[in-house]
Order: sequence, then structure tokens, then C-alpha cells
Amino acid sequence: MKRLDDRIAPPLPTLEPIRLVDRHGRRVADPTVSCPSPTTLTSLLRAMIVGRRFDRQAGALARQGRLAVYPSSYGQEACQVAGVLALAEQDWLFPTYRDSVALVTRGVDPVETLTLLRGDWHSGYDPGLHRCAPQCTPLATNASHAVGLTYAARHKGEDVAALVLMGDGATSEGDAHEAYNFAAVWNTPVVFLVQNNGWAISVPLHRQSAAPTLAHKAVGYGMRGYHVDGNDAAAVHAVVGRALEEARAGGGPAIVEARTYRLDAHTNADAPQRYRDDSEVEYWKQRDPIERLETLLRAEGHVDDDTLAGFAAEAERMAADVRERVDAAPDPDPDELFAHVYAAPTAQLVEQRQALRDEIREG
Amino acid sequence: MAEITMAQALNRALRDALHDDPNVVVYGEDVGPLGGVFRVTDGLTAQFGEDRCFDSPLAESGIVGTAVGMASYGLRPVVEMQFDAFGYPAFEQVVSHVAKMRNRTRGRMSLPLVIRIPYGGGIGGVEHHSDSSEAYYAHTPGLRVITPGTPSDAYSMLREAIACPDPVVFLEPKRRYWAKEEVETPVRTAPMDRAVVRRTGSDVTLIAYGPMVATALEAAEAAREEGRDVEVVDLRSLAPFDDATVTASVRKTGRALVVHEAATFAGYGAEVAARVTERCFHYLEAPVLRVGGLDIPYPPPRLEHHHLPDVDRILDAIARLQWEADWVDPDAVPSGARPPASGARRGREVRS
Ligand SMILES: Cc1ncc(C[n+]2csc(CCOP(=O)(O)OP(=O)(O)O)c2C)c(N)n1
Repeated sequence: MKRLDDRIAPPLPTLEPIRLVDRHGRRVADPTVSCPSPTTLTSLLRAMIVGRRFDRQAGALARQGRLAVYPSSYGQEACQVAGVLALAEQDWLFPTYRDSVALVTRGVDPVETLTLLRGDWHSGYDPGLHRCAPQCTPLATNASHAVGLTYAARHKGEDVAALVLMGDGATSEGDAHEAYNFAAVWNTPVVFLVQNNGWAISVPLHRQSAAPTLAHKAVGYGMRGYHVDGNDAAAVHAVVGRALEEARAGGGPAIVEARTYRLDAHTNADAPQRYRDDSEVEYWKQRDPIERLETLLRAEGHVDDDTLAGFAAEAERMAADVRERVDAAPDPDPDELFAHVYAAPTAQLVEQRQALRDEIREG
Repeated sequence: MAEITMAQALNRALRDALHDDPNVVVYGEDVGPLGGVFRVTDGLTAQFGEDRCFDSPLAESGIVGTAVGMASYGLRPVVEMQFDAFGYPAFEQVVSHVAKMRNRTRGRMSLPLVIRIPYGGGIGGVEHHSDSSEAYYAHTPGLRVITPGTPSDAYSMLREAIACPDPVVFLEPKRRYWAKEEVETPVRTAPMDRAVVRRTGSDVTLIAYGPMVATALEAAEAAREEGRDVEVVDLRSLAPFDDATVTASVRKTGRALVVHEAATFAGYGAEVAARVTERCFHYLEAPVLRVGGLDIPYPPPRLEHHHLPDVDRILDAIARLQWEADWVDPDAVPSGARPPASGARRGREVRS
């Protein structure tokens, strides 16, 4: 436990977001972080292209009624992929409903990420396999899980950090604040990546928070806060990478606020024309995360038409595979309703399972 | 007279309450310009301004906590929890403050506030969007817990809830938001703490509330074709419980069945069954049965139809109400072997 006079106030986050590549695809120097290597930048670009294709495909499936619902991350690809690619293999990801692309980037089977949204089951993937907690819908409520998990890992002598994804709106929840405080007091290696996409459904940021930046919320808890251009994959990768490194080294957790924008509706059930102007969407389309990185990498000769055609072909193959397997997925088995309530079904559940089987058999 | 949906009826109730009482304020998540995710607050900000209907930060505990403060200082806040399961962060405020303020202060401070909660399933929602959380609230003394089953009740009960000196948890059956009825508003139906008989019958009382009222009525219709005359009681108020209406019905029919979506185990139906048994024991021909959801976490959309009670399950349960007892004709049994008149038969004699 640090004594009061040992404490050092963390530096204030910058009001201007950290940026390494501007919207025209030009490099910008930054005093805090340096730009990832061209190889890393190319893998960020690839993941964003594949991620966006996945997102567009899932959106189409939702419109066709083949998914129950789809919350899109169109426009947020830099946040979705750069944070994940900054993680080490042993680290854990704590995603929300919006973060399907992050899961795909992490290596989760795209069809398994859609289990929840197709309505077959709640979480379709094995959390342990890819070190991804189940997607969380009750806002901010999984943030403390990351603190506990990394605490346990440290207790066992393992080097495990965690990345928690959350929205701007979620930072208003009490659960977010309790998690921030626990992480800071226990000094656990957790990075809270706040994807500030400007809106919490219909509620704009200025009705959500009076903080100068959401990264400033870190300071009161004794954490570092970083404010980064969330449509600049290079910057998000560098900043989350740095925050993870510091956290691992015992420097404490951090909040990274990534300023981005949700180009699509909240979900396919939402009606954004009720609360926001199309011109705002146009403004953000000019700041597309994929375009700017592509421009930079092309200009510097790290990617060419062939490379990009390869990424596009890979994305198409993935989309075709998703379409095919979503359709082929068998109907969920009613017996499963009773299978996972307890380690072993109770007598009461066995009875109800039998009653349901009889009911189904008798039609 | 025009047909309106339950969502529209609720919207009109809020509109009229905002119009009639300057102390009414409406707030929560996305209730402003968007009009709420179910459009129950549609147009209210435009009509009454941002200080009467507005979006708050995204924090349910804060929403209910600030409503406590407002209500204690003369406003009548009507707040919304966006979905049943998203009301849980506010549980501490609801249980420890909303429910107890009057009692803690010996009646000197009351909290006339309404917490609106869309609840229940049947709309294909992904996890955390279909909970039936009524028992948590009904178990908490100090809260009034009410739930309409029709558009006219939705209007009338919400107006009454807003005018009520006690805090009210107002549960809106979200799968019935689009149910229509010909209603002229303002409409005044039965008092909000009373159950009503929705359909009269002589063989069995079907007790339902909120989302299951329409299902119970459908089942009653289907049962008629099978020769059973089913009475349907719509509870409307879960706390307090209208013993008088329910007891009168069950004493008349001699059989009772309670239906709800929530898991059956330790669900609201257990309380109903206990009360009915306590008050109607000698009138009952069969044990009170419950038809509820399975005892599992709310299932994913593609399996929810297996979980939710439907007409068939209600008919099956009706069939299990020991009807063979009707066929024991005491006069057909030789007098020496005649069993003493049972309590149930005594009840029946009283009834007839
Ligand atoms: C505790 C809780 N309250 C309310 C909701 C309903 N809800 C789902 S998403 C959402 C907006 C979240 O906004 P934000 O955190 O900014 O994330 P975004 O959806 O923009 O990614 C709301 C209110 C919820 N899921 N959980």
C-alpha cells in the first residue's frame, strides 16, 4: 500500500487526442508514443478490412431476419482491432455486445460470435479458448471481472493483463467506477478502452458526462488516462500497447478513451434519424479509419494493389463462409435449456426436461 | 372510438399527467428525443420541453436515487428502466430507499414516484431483455407493484400511479405494447389496487396478470370448446394483493390455476396459491396449480417458446384439476358406505 506522500498524481490526459496518422493518411509525430512498425500497421489494416466485411455481412443477415439483432461497429474498426492486436496471447479480452469484430480479430470463430445475436444461445464461444469473456450486455458490469481475473492471475504468479471494452455511455454506470477504483487500488494490469462513439443509443456525449475527456475519469482514481484518436489504428495500437506495458510492469491500470464514431444505427432496430443529423455521419465518414491507414501504407510502399486484393479476397471468403454456416447451423436443442443451469441438473430440472420432451413428442 | 395500442395509451397517460400536474417530470435513458426504445415517451420532450421530459446519464442507480431526492422535495418523477434486467443496478435504491422512506421517517417523508419497467419475454430479445422481475419487487414491503394487461388499464393505472402517494413499480408487459383496444382517453378503469374478473365462468378460476392476461383469455376460449367454463381474473396489482376479488371467484368455481411467465419456483404464483389455499381451502376441489416458466435462466430467442406458458400448457393444467371428483355421486353409494361429507363438498353446498 502506498503512503499518502508517496503518491504521484498521474499526468492529465491531453485535450487534443493522441494521433499518429491524420485523416489524410499522413504521419504525425507525438511526444508520448511512437508509431508501430510497417508490419504491425499492415496487420492492423488487414484486420480492419476483414472486420468491416464481417460487420457488413452480419448487418445484412440481421436485415434479412437471419439474426435476432446486430449492433454494428461500422466506423469503429480501429478500436475493434488495434486494442486486441496489442494484447499478448495470455491476456484476456472483456467485450460488449458491440465488439463482435474485436472477437473475430482475436481469433474467435465468426459464426460462434454470432450465436448470441442469432438467438441460438447466449455465448457461443468457449471463453477459455481464446481468453475472451462472454460478450456483456448489462453495461460496465464485466469491468470488475477483469480486475478480479488479473488479480487471480497475479496471485498464481502469472503475467496476465486484460483489456476491457466499454462505450462512452457505460462510463456513467456505477459499476464502471467501482471497477476503476478496484483496479487502481489493487494495481491490477487492466486497460479500460472506452470507445467513445459519440452516442449511447440516442444520448449524445454532452448529456452523458461533463468531464473534459472521458480519460480524465482515470485521474481521480489515481490512474493514467490517455485520450487517443479512435479512428487512427496506429495511435490506438501504440497507446493501448503502452498502457498494457506500463500496467504489466506494475505501473497500474489505465483508461484509454478512443474518440470514434458509430456510423450505423445503434442496432438494426434503432431509428437514428430521430436523434442525429446525417451531416454528422458524413463528417465522420471523411475520417474513416481504414482509408487513412491504407493511404499511408500505399504511399510508403508497404502495400500495393495486390496486397489489398489479397485482403479483400480473404474478407470475401470469410463472409461467404459465415453466410453458409449461419444457414447450416442446426436449430438449438431444447434439452440444452436444462443442461447448464447447474453443474448437474437438479431433480426438479430433470423432471421439467422430461415434461418438455413429452410435450414436444406429443406435438 | 379509435383503437390505440398499449404503448400509445401509456404515452397519453404520461402526456395528460405532464399537462395536469406541473410537478410531474419524466426521465431515464433515451426517453427524450428518441421517445424511448418502445416509443412510450414519444413526443413528450417536444411538447413539454427538456425540463419536463429528458435523457439522463446512463446509470440506473443514479436515476432512481435522484428520483428519491426529487420526490422528497415535491416533484413527482416518473422514471424508466429501459428493460427489466437493466433495472438491477438500481436495486439498492429501490429496496433500501424507495420502499422504506415512509417507514423510516414515521410517515413524515413519502416518495410519490413511479418506476416504469418494460418486463417479460416473448419478443425474441437477446439475453437480459426478457426477465420477469416482479417477484423481487413484490417481495419488498413499501412498494406498490402493478401491471396492466390492456391499453385502457395501462392508461388508467399509470395516471393513478403518478397520483399515488406511495412509490409504484409499474411493470409494462412489453410483448403487449402493440396490443390494441378501442379506448377514448382519458379513461378510468377499476382502481389500480383491485383485481378484475375479465371473463366469468363457473368451473375454474384462471388467475393471470400483465403479459399472461391475453393468453389466459385465449385459453379460456379454447377450454369452452372442451366443455369447461373458465373464469379469468386479471390481478393488475401484485402488491397489495386483492384477496377479496380472488377469493370470491375461487369460492365460486372451486378450482384455481395461476399463470405467469416467471420461473415457477418461488415465483409470484406461490404466493397466490398460498393465499387462495388459506382462504378457500374448504371450497377447493383440487390443489391450486401453477403454470409458469421453466426454472431456468431466461432462454435465447430461438428457444423461448419452450419456456413461456401458452394456451396448451394452460389447458393441460386445467385438465389436471381432478375433475373426476365431480363424478362421485353420493346418492349412488350405499348409505352405510357413504363417506362423511368432505370439506370440498361442504364448500360446494355453501356455493350452491
Ligand atoms: C445496465 C444497462 N442499462 C441499460 C442498457 C440498455 N442499453 C444497451 S446499449 C445502451 C447504450 C450504451 O451506450 P455506450 O456505452 O456508449 O455504448 P455503445 O452502445 O455506443 O457502443 C443502453 C442504454 C444496458 N444494456 N445495460
